[in-house]
Amino acid sequence: MSTSGTGATMANQFPLLKTEVKAQSAPALASADAKMSLDCLDAYYGKRLAVDKVTMPFREKLITAIIGPSGCGKTTLLRTLNRMNDSIPGFRVEGKVLLDGNDIYHSKTDVIGLRRRVGMVFQQPNPFPKSIFDNVAFGMRINGLVKDHSVLVERVEQALRHAALWDVVKDRLQKSAMMLSGGEQQRLCIARALAVQPEVLLMDEPASALDPISTAKIEELMVELKKDYTIVIVTHNMQQAARVSDFTAFLLNGHLIECCPTPQLFTTPGDPRTEAYITGRFG
Amino acid sequence: MKLRIMDKTFVYLTGLAVLIILALLFTILGNIVANGWTRISWEFLSANPREGMTEGGIFPAIFGTALLVLLMSIFVVPLGVLVAIYFSEYANRTSMLYRWSRSAVDNLAGVPSIVFGLFGLGFFVQWVGRGVDKAFFGGHLAFGQPALIWAALTMAVLTLPVVIVSVEEALRAVPQSFREASYALGATKSQTTFRVVLPDAVSGVLTGGILAVSRGAGEVAPILFVGAAYFLPHLPSKLNDQFMELGYHIFVLTTQSPDVEATKPLLYATVLVLLGLTFLLNVVAIVVRARLRVLSGAAR
Repeated sequence: MSTSGTGATMANQFPLLKTEVKAQSAPALASADAKMSLDCLDAYYGKRLAVDKVTMPFREKLITAIIGPSGCGKTTLLRTLNRMNDSIPGFRVEGKVLLDGNDIYHSKTDVIGLRRRVGMVFQQPNPFPKSIFDNVAFGMRINGLVKDHSVLVERVEQALRHAALWDVVKDRLQKSAMMLSGGEQQRLCIARALAVQPEVLLMDEPASALDPISTAKIEELMVELKKDYTIVIVTHNMQQAARVSDFTAFLLNGHLIECCPTPQLFTTPGDPRTEAYITGRFG
Repeated sequence: MKLRIMDKTFVYLTGLAVLIILALLFTILGNIVANGWTRISWEFLSANPREGMTEGGIFPAIFGTALLVLLMSIFVVPLGVLVAIYFSEYANRTSMLYRWSRSAVDNLAGVPSIVFGLFGLGFFVQWVGRGVDKAFFGGHLAFGQPALIWAALTMAVLTLPVVIVSVEEALRAVPQSFREASYALGATKSQTTFRVVLPDAVSGVLTGGILAVSRGAGEVAPILFVGAAYFLPHLPSKLNDQFMELGYHIFVLTTQSPDVEATKPLLYATVLVLLGLTFLLNVVAIVVRARLRVLSGAAR
C-alpha cells in the first residue's frame, strides 16, 4: 500500500518507507503528559523473558504505535496495559505500569475497574454471537453502570456513532452481529469497547484481518477517536504506524530500541537496527 | 501377487462385517416392527392394562417413564452443567482435584447399571429416605421406601457422565476470543461464564439433556429396586409414589405374566413404543445440535 489511509492532502515524504503520510506537527516530547507509562518493565512467561526493561510513555489523547517483527514482545507489552495476561499460568511482570501515576500491578488494584478504564480491541474481530445491540450493551450491563433502559439505548447509539457504524446498523440493531462484514464487525468491537467509556484504548493489530478499504476506515476512525481517547496500537504494518500514530516505539527481542515522534522514527531513526527494520532488511 | 490377494480379501472381510451388523439390526428392528405394528392403536397408547396384562394398553407405563425422565433431567442437567463448567473453565488441569474428579466421572460411566440400582436402594431409599422419615415424619414410613423421586435420583447419577461430557465438549468449543473480549470489557470470570460462554454452548446443554433422557428411558436395572412397580391402578401423583415404566413393563410382560403367549403381541408393541420414543429423542438431539450450529456459526 502506498496511498494514505487518512485521506491526507499534501504529505511528508518518508524516504525510508517510500510512503506518504499526512503532514503533522511533531508533538513536543517534553510538554506532552503521559496517560500511561512503563517503568523498567520486565514480563516473563515462566522463565522466558518476553519484555526486557522497557520504559516508555503513552501520551494522553495521542496515538502511540508499537512496531517490531513477530515475536518481539509487542503484543505482550500491550497486554500488560490492561493486565490481560493475568490468567496465563506462569506469566509475571517486574517493574511498573502506571495509569495516571498509579501502578496497575499493585496488589490492591481493582482489575475489573482497570479494564473498564483501559479498553481493548483484538486482532480478529470477536463480536459475541448476540445481537448488535446486545454486543454494545454488554459492558454496561455486566458493570451495572446503566440502570435505565432509555439511557442504555442512548449510549449504545452514541458508541455506534463514535465507531462510525450507526448509519450502517441503525435499522438492524436486533440482528445478529455475525451477519456483519469483517470490517463492520471490527468497528462493532470498537463500539463495544467505547460503550463502557474507557480512557485508554488498546488495539492489537486491529486491521490485520481486514481488506484495504476496511483498514482505511479503521485508520480514519482511530484518528477521529484520539480527540477523546489515548490510543495504543500494535501493528506489524509500518505504513499503518506511519499513517496514524503520533509516537512510534520499535521493539526487538523484548528490548525497546527507540521511541520517538513518528516522523522522526521513520525519517531519521537513531538506531541502525530501526533503519534496517523499516527499510525491510529483516522482519 | 500374494499381497494383492490378501489386500482384496481384507476389503471383502470388512465389507462382510458391515453386512453382518446391518443384517442384525434389520432382523431385530424388522421383527419388532412387523409383530408390534398391528397391535398399536390409540387405545393401546391411552388405556390401562387389563385382564392380567393380556389386554388393554400401556398408558401408565408411558406416563411413568415421562415423569421419571423429566424429574431426572431436573436433577441431572444443572448438576452436570456445573461439573462441566468446573472442568472446562475453572479447574487447573494439573491439580489433584481435577485429575481425581475427572477419573471419577470416567469410571462412573463404566459402572454396570444394576450397581446403580443397588446403590439407589442402599443410599437413597434406605439411608436418605429413612433419614427424611425420621426427621420429618416422626418415623412413619413416607420416603423410606421405593419411590419416584429415588428412581429419578438414581437415574440422574447414572446419566450424569453423559451430560458432563456433552456440555464440556460444547464449552471447550466456545472460542477463547469470546472470553477475552468479555474480560477486556471488565467482566468477571463468572459473568463471562454465564453470559458469554454458557449461552454459546446451549446446544451442548440441550443435546446432553436429551441424550441423558434417551439413555434413562431405556434403562431398567437401576430402577428395579427403587420405585418401578409391577402394576398400579392409579397414576403416580406424589414424589414418594411408585410408578410404572416402559422398560420395566417389558420385563414384567416377558417374565411375570400368567399367560406368556397371550401377552406376546402386547410385548412387541410395547418394545416398539419404547424404541420409537428413544429413537425420536435421538433424532431431536441431532436436529437441535445441527440447527444451533447453523445459527451461531453462520458467520464465524
